Amino acid sequence: MNISMPALLSQLLLGLVNGSFYAILSLGLAVIFGLLNVINFAHGALFMMGAVLSWMAMNYFNVNYWVMLVVAPLIVGVFGVLIERLLLRWIYKLDHLYGLLLTLGLTLLIEGGFRSVYGVSGLAYSTPEALSGGTNLGFMFLPNYRAWVVVASLVVCFATWYAIEKTRLGAYLRAGTENPRLVEAFGVNVPLMVTLTYGFGVALAAFAGVLAAPVIQISPLMGQNLIIIVFAVVVIGGMGSIMGAILTGLGLGVIEGLTKVFYPEASATVVFVIMVVVLLIRPAGLFGSEK
Amino acid sequence: MKKISLVVYGVLLLALIAAPFIGFYPVFVMKVLCFALFACAFNLLLGYTGMLSFGHAAFLGGAAYLTGHALKVWHFTPELGLIAGTLAGALLGLVFGWLAIRRQGIYFSMITLALAQMMYFVALQAPFTGGEDGLQSVPRGKLFGLIDLRDDLTMYYVALVIVVAAFLLIARTVHSPFGQVLKGIKENEPRAISLGYDVNRFKLLAFVISAALSGLAGSLKTLVLGFASLSDVHWTASGHVILMTLVGGLGTLSGPLVGSAVVVLLENKVGDFGSFMARATGVDWFNTLGESVTMVTGLIFVVCVLAFRKGIMGEVIAFFDRRRGKV
Repeated sequence: MNISMPALLSQLLLGLVNGSFYAILSLGLAVIFGLLNVINFAHGALFMMGAVLSWMAMNYFNVNYWVMLVVAPLIVGVFGVLIERLLLRWIYKLDHLYGLLLTLGLTLLIEGGFRSVYGVSGLAYSTPEALSGGTNLGFMFLPNYRAWVVVASLVVCFATWYAIEKTRLGAYLRAGTENPRLVEAFGVNVPLMVTLTYGFGVALAAFAGVLAAPVIQISPLMGQNLIIIVFAVVVIGGMGSIMGAILTGLGLGVIEGLTKVFYPEASATVVFVIMVVVLLIRPAGLFGSEK
Repeated sequence: MKKISLVVYGVLLLALIAAPFIGFYPVFVMKVLCFALFACAFNLLLGYTGMLSFGHAAFLGGAAYLTGHALKVWHFTPELGLIAGTLAGALLGLVFGWLAIRRQGIYFSMITLALAQMMYFVALQAPFTGGEDGLQSVPRGKLFGLIDLRDDLTMYYVALVIVVAAFLLIARTVHSPFGQVLKGIKENEPRAISLGYDVNRFKLLAFVISAALSGLAGSLKTLVLGFASLSDVHWTASGHVILMTLVGGLGTLSGPLVGSAVVVLLENKVGDFGSFMARATGVDWFNTLGESVTMVTGLIFVVCVLAFRKGIMGEVIAFFDRRRGKV
């Protein structure tokens, strides 16, 4: 096989970029599922919302990338709080499947709404000036923006991991995941915690959306295919562990990138194939445990 | 109650037999029939066994492609094409089910969704599916080499016979001892296990039956419409069938029939309804309704989950039960 080193490295980097998105999204899904027992199908749509909001801000109000990196997750987070308060709240006592169906309905509403305004063709969003261009590392050309995406995602992922595993607030959250009624009896406002958790989870998705805006074509349907891959990632990793979600996401992104080099035809399906293999060998997922 | 429902089914059947003569376009009714069969097959799994498969598009679409290819390239007769499609659905169901029942609940749904997405990419890239264009102009041919199906009316009655037969099979399955065990698994899986049932075998068999009948629906759809396309394997087709079942009523025999008719009508007529409302009320916004079918679908999902979980037929049955209780 004749594959040049720079091509391999650049695909590896692309894989890491995609892996960062998988990591942030599956992390959000895991946090939400842990406390709400709802698998948030709308995660992809809210990721898309983050990207489209930053495009809208740039085009209508001339608000730049850096502002939107903070503002878009905030807006989407507030939107998520509203969703939780107004809709999700009513279905916690029901079978899990209703959570999936409700968020599927929300996905169709959000995507349909944006589609009726922007159609399905892509919207262009330019890379912020500070990060345009690249650095020559000698053995490869490193596009600055891609490097930034990986670093920013890793920082956010590990900050989330730290907050959940090592802080007092995180301890409440983990306790709420184990036994919400007992935690409530200790005087913790669990319903508020649930609302904020959902808001935080979807804000993460929007953050990934803003990061993705300059590298993935922005369109109302951009979240659809991504969310299904992220579901496969979640099945592979298992939702029990935060670190597991992060590592699985990054790892699968890299594997996908490598597949693009060695066997491009399979790059769209490789994650699903890995899911099948994991199901055969370790049905509970790499980091999951059978209840 | 038994008597009433028999009468209602009888009237429905008569109406379907008479439909082409009272102004219904046969191809449209056949399309509804195909989706009705698809939804009934899906309901066997979700409504009676409690497993939410999010990958049924793979069975519908996979069978649609195979039947299309068999009819067009291999020159199969229609009945062989339908059998091939049904078998393809069953085989895919066996593989999907075998993998997916390793996990339960929400993971089961995610696994079936991911597997179906894999199938979608295969359909997009495989050489014989025609990629973005799909398989076009599939010939209907002659049933058993005798009955020419090119006539819409002939095709209509053949399709009606097939769908009614499949529906009776589903009704029989639901009321059989096998169906009772499935309901038992849905209500309380640990208990079914402790009673000595091999739960996974029952689940797998239900999954395969459901997939095979979905395959039959897909094959029939190709035969009727003359094409198979990517939209049949796309995940939105799986979402669609969930919606039909949910709107009609989970776990009721008649629900998916009603639900599929409502959803197909809605998609075809929501634009007309919008322009009618725009004319009637003078509000321009209604004119855009036709372009927002997705949003309307989403809204129905949300409303159904929050306030209308029994679905149309579930509510009707509950209403009659209440009245009977009072009298």
